[in-house]
Amino acid sequence: MRDWNAKGRDRQARREAGGRLAAGKFIEPSKLVAFLEAVLKPGDRVCLEGDNQKQADLLAKALCKVDPSKIHDLHMVQSGVVLPEHLDLFEVGIACRLDFSYSGPQSARIARMMFGGQIELGAVHTYLELFARYFIDLTPQVALIAAVSADRAGNLYTGPNTEDTPTIVEATSFGKGLVIAQVGEIVDQLPRVDIPADQVHFVVDAGRPFFVEPLFTRDPAAITETQILTAMLAIKGLYAPYGVRRLNHGIGFNTAAIELLLPTFGERLGLRGKLCTHWALNPHPTLIPAIESGWVEQIHCFGSEVGMEDYVRARPDIFFTGPDGSLRSNRAFCQTAGLYACDMFIGSTLQIDLSGHSSTVTGSRVAGFGGAPNMGSDARGRRHSSDPWLRAGREADPEGNPALRRGRKLVVQIGETFGDGNAPTFVERLSALDLADKLQLDLAPVMVYGDDVTHIVTEEGIANLHLCRDKDEREHAIRGVAGYTEVGRARDRKMVERLRERKVIQCPEDLDIDPLDADRSLLSAHSIKDLMLASGGLYRPPSRFRNW
Amino acid sequence: MENLRYELGPTEPARGNRPAALVGVVASGNLEVLLERGEARDRCIIDVATPAHGFADLWAAVTSDFVARSAAGGLRITINDGGARPDTVALRLAQGIRLMERPE
Repeated sequence: MRDWNAKGRDRQARREAGGRLAAGKFIEPSKLVAFLEAVLKPGDRVCLEGDNQKQADLLAKALCKVDPSKIHDLHMVQSGVVLPEHLDLFEVGIACRLDFSYSGPQSARIARMMFGGQIELGAVHTYLELFARYFIDLTPQVALIAAVSADRAGNLYTGPNTEDTPTIVEATSFGKGLVIAQVGEIVDQLPRVDIPADQVHFVVDAGRPFFVEPLFTRDPAAITETQILTAMLAIKGLYAPYGVRRLNHGIGFNTAAIELLLPTFGERLGLRGKLCTHWALNPHPTLIPAIESGWVEQIHCFGSEVGMEDYVRARPDIFFTGPDGSLRSNRAFCQTAGLYACDMFIGSTLQIDLSGHSSTVTGSRVAGFGGAPNMGSDARGRRHSSDPWLRAGREADPEGNPALRRGRKLVVQIGETFGDGNAPTFVERLSALDLADKLQLDLAPVMVYGDDVTHIVTEEGIANLHLCRDKDEREHAIRGVAGYTEVGRARDRKMVERLRERKVIQCPEDLDIDPLDADRSLLSAHSIKDLMLASGGLYRPPSRFRNW
Repeated sequence: MENLRYELGPTEPARGNRPAALVGVVASGNLEVLLERGEARDRCIIDVATPAHGFADLWAAVTSDFVARSAAGGLRITINDGGARPDTVALRLAQGIRLMERPE
């Protein structure tokens, strides 16, 4: 007779083993390592909450200290590989297999360890893709998560950085896995309940907040005039003609420049209320001037941003906030929103090839994807219409029957023709291909595939790839905005001129953009301090950004 | 320091009547561009002083594109380069032309 509740019994056994080292649900930090040895088994699938921003750092440190002769061959399934401990686990033989999404700060070390055979890689995912697999074939047996506080029953308050937690807990807890949370404090009354106690099996009081990184703060002082020119091109040549109201921005300086130009350049063009009203976006400090001048109606957030807590709390019409007043973010929902409910994604990249494929792989770094490939792709399951989506669909397929023609999401890559260290953005061959060869990956890590990209914007102009009718035109549309990179200099001038006549390529002069406007005075804030002042003192920049 | 000279043309005569204009600053990754009138109406002369050696072909490409795309005739342009990227050079040149067109 088959046991139909083996998973439930397994969890019950783990709860009993852990319970012997806990007082009810609560674990003393001094017993944490022994506790983990009691509840884990070799070969377990474990989610050690490493999000884009917040980290279950106490649990990560403790997991690194378990005895590898007892606990080994763990299969780690987590979106962010961010802390050194996330990789130490593999070095000391506790974990062996990894499925993840993003590894920004650990990108060089993770590549070395993959190459050295210390990490057996499942796959590098987009966020939404990994979350999806939590519910299908990568359901964790144990999740180690992070929250701001817990009450005596084990309800959790995550604070503004809710991020991945509800998704991890949903999959683990209802999939008969064990959920263990680290919290900064235990309180009698939580500000709000983000995770109900019956989904949380154990809690450890770290006695301090979890580690969280300000990832989305871009100092306006570092924005260049070329970036301002590029931002003007994007606003006047893309946002305005398509009437883009619902969108997602990447996190680079190019899009920060666009955010800062809305109240100046955008206002001058009479575009307020017509563009950029609804966002899937983290609370970017550089969006403060646009919010304050009435551009923005609503923002849903993947996560939060350090220093923006009080500002968000004071703008509840704009942000999703709880009964306690603080931000409620949710990465899975916001990714879904960016995929299905936004008409444009615009972000920077490090390399673009002649097919329009883009990648952030340079040298021997595996930085992962995060969310950009979700945002930067056409959602083929979309069925609601909007003007920008219909217009882009018409450009891609002008002959098609309008009633049967798909709309298209605007997927825009923006950047300067040369990046940091004068590295060319445009290349004949992506470094991602070399990496895939070296690590014997099935797929080269491509951030946005060429067939999803609709436009490329550089200081040279805008290339509309939808208007290209063959591979050759597409290649020359890309060369035409590639400036003085080798790829750009290999252009056929006559072909580029013809593409310009058809508005496949639009240069600053075609859009009547005055180069003298490409000046820092056009930014609605020139420094972090200006952003703080624009917020009425509500934005509290982290100390590393305070230079006054 | 490398000194380069480009005598370019034909190009459209520069508009406006401002005798001279200065844009940019000599700083790392930036450049200073001085524009003066007085050359033949369909010619443009560009003198470059750059600390970065070995980029003459790139300067030739940027300056020849510039006179093809802009009304730069009659101008003598002096560039003090601080190791600027080509996109910055092209932007400064475009800004200089536009400034020459503006009344003083």
